[in-house]
Amino acid sequence: MCLGIPGEVLTLDVERPGMATVNVGGARRQVNVMLIEEDGVAPGDWVLIHVGFALAKIDEEEAQVTLSYLEEMGQAYRDELHALSESRID
Amino acid sequence: MGPGGMRFVDEYRDREKAQALAANIATLVEPGRRYGLMEICGGHTHTIYKHGIEDYLPEEVQLVHGPGCPVCVIPMGRVDDAIWIAEQEGVIMTSFGDLLRVPGARGSFLDAKARGADIQMVYSPLDSLRIARNNPDRRVVFMAIGFETTTPSTAMTVLRAAAEGLENFSVFCNHVTIIPALEAILASPDLHIDGFIGPGHVSTVIGCEPYRFIAEKYGRPFVVAGFEPLDILQAIQMLLLQLRDGRSEVENQYTRVVPWEGNQKALQAIDEVMEPRPTFEWRGLGWIPDSAMRIREKYARFDAERVFDVPAIRVADPPACQCGEVLRGMIKPWECKVFGTACTPETPIGTCMVSSEGACAAYYNFGRFTRLRVRQAGSA
Repeated sequence: MCLGIPGEVLTLDVERPGMATVNVGGARRQVNVMLIEEDGVAPGDWVLIHVGFALAKIDEEEAQVTLSYLEEMGQAYRDELHALSESRID
Repeated sequence: MGPGGMRFVDEYRDREKAQALAANIATLVEPGRRYGLMEICGGHTHTIYKHGIEDYLPEEVQLVHGPGCPVCVIPMGRVDDAIWIAEQEGVIMTSFGDLLRVPGARGSFLDAKARGADIQMVYSPLDSLRIARNNPDRRVVFMAIGFETTTPSTAMTVLRAAAEGLENFSVFCNHVTIIPALEAILASPDLHIDGFIGPGHVSTVIGCEPYRFIAEKYGRPFVVAGFEPLDILQAIQMLLLQLRDGRSEVENQYTRVVPWEGNQKALQAIDEVMEPRPTFEWRGLGWIPDSAMRIREKYARFDAERVFDVPAIRVADPPACQCGEVLRGMIKPWECKVFGTACTPETPIGTCMVSSEGACAAYYNFGRFTRLRVRQAGSA
């Protein structure tokens, strides 16, 4: 719940404004991007995702740093990724 | 190297850099003076134990683990209330996985599920919304917990439910706010905290400005920090520099993620849907004014506390459990009477042992052989 997971924006959902398809840990997931400020997000951007919502834009290097931190968390990160893989946000 | 100047993964793991920082930290410490530095966020606690950060610090610097693990501060009564809701006719209770094992007086969500309650784990409140849509004849409740990191998501979900006109979805709102909790800790007379390592993700939402009173009213330096070992060492260095120079300011070590002004859209969403409660109970800290959020009257039909006749159960913490003293930084996890014996991650008595970010669980899993070993060697 408290883990911010980095994801790379693949496409913006045209039919549902504010939603984007994001690559998170190798899986494609729907994420709400309405809380990203200013210009919003574009394909190729990296975002930090909390419980289905992107809360901050980050650069790719920061995303890699965060991913390696998460991988070292072990079970807590695996649980979060598992919950995310079961998630069907629409 | 300035704050936010470090870039690549390897740089954050570089042992030489850590040792260089540690050497500099040692020069900033006045021998014999005690420096109590509180890391507020459970994520930081996790990093500190996992990477043995305390081993890089002089004995004068004591890290104190704060109340920033939302699972750890939820009082048993709220868990019991949630279970009561879950056991009402036609209810599907939805919850983050983190909370499933947290004990109330009548057991945990998992125990209630075993008794027949329909309790489902979700990753996002938006998942609860989907469950509500797919089960129009059921009443779906989202057990909302967390600091400002998760509060915007709950608020956005309520706005979405309102836009869709969903009538079978509500939120049992347990969101807490970090600032009043910090003020309660600072106002406590028996506490010796000289500076704060500020939370990374919460600050992404609220920004750095709300911490200013800590520097100005209470004269304590405050540095918002990232989650890598070197981030934390650098934040400690920045705190000790301020203390050496007699300054107390709010600084941001985590500029690569945290904007000074926070996330205004997220704050607006919270403010639209929620308002502060007059008071809220925190495990170990007691009742703190304005320290939690509730759903505004305007969105009353999405507020489980209005939809259901919630009993508002009050339960004292188990007498053997010293989570309260751990959360206020008065004792270390291993100083608790039941730590590692009656209370373990498998059979937790207190919430600090449940969450992987709780101070006790983090210490149990990673830290018990560092300072503890030093302490034992010293007393042998």
